[in-house]
Amino acid sequence: MGCDADQNNVIRLSVPSDAAVMAVVRALVDKMASLAGFDENQRSRIVLAIDEACTNIIRHQYEGRTDGRLDIETRLCMDEGLEFVLRDYGPTRDPALFRGRDLADVRPGGLGIHIIREVMDSVEYGDAPGGGMQLRLRKAIPASTD
Amino acid sequence: MTRVGRAGEPNRLKIAVEDRAPASLVHLEGDVDLNVSPVLRKQLKDLVASRAAMIVVDMSDVPYIDSSGVATLVECLQGVSRYGGKLHLASLRQQTRSVFEISRLDSVFSIFPTVEEALKA
Repeated sequence: MGCDADQNNVIRLSVPSDAAVMAVVRALVDKMASLAGFDENQRSRIVLAIDEACTNIIRHQYEGRTDGRLDIETRLCMDEGLEFVLRDYGPTRDPALFRGRDLADVRPGGLGIHIIREVMDSVEYGDAPGGGMQLRLRKAIPASTD
Repeated sequence: MTRVGRAGEPNRLKIAVEDRAPASLVHLEGDVDLNVSPVLRKQLKDLVASRAAMIVVDMSDVPYIDSSGVATLVECLQGVSRYGGKLHLASLRQQTRSVFEISRLDSVFSIFPTVEEALKA
């Protein structure tokens, strides 16, 4: 059975678009990354990337409103890696417009997208069924050192 | 001491500012994320407005920082630089150091292994 078809390894979490609950999301991501076999350094980077993706949704898709909804689906598949799907119910946007700033231009802000792309192996934006955006992020499982 | 975050929230940040003349020592305890960075921003802006000669941020009790926290520190660095002041970061944990490295900001900030070294520099 392919990983996509196996629903037994999927964990779903639905949270309000409130930065106050992101600590809970970070705890889930850290646990999933731990189960996948990532070391502490890699786990902290994956937690950061997913947190940045969620807070980008709060800031840009919901413009800071806390009454929106953010669905987080995470799947661990030893063949394909660790996958996160973030779905919001905000406006549909052109992903080509999601760009970070030039890192040589030191100023506050604009780092989130750079961090996400630096840490994750695959970052795919798309329209969510019924409206809103869907972001699929993947990270390959580290090779065993046994 | 300032406490940021509503009661019962999973993340609350404690901010304590200590006068270690000529430096202002800012001790943080907790995650610095989007939820709490606006209050840290205000605290640091107040220090910049008072033209603090040196601001040392003790990050030994910061297990996590996101890009909003980093942006807050970048803004403070730019603020102190305008009047010739200094911003030193001290005692970064692995996660926080990693964020500065990913953002290519580890060479922009003055980062010290300990608070005492940051105060003396």
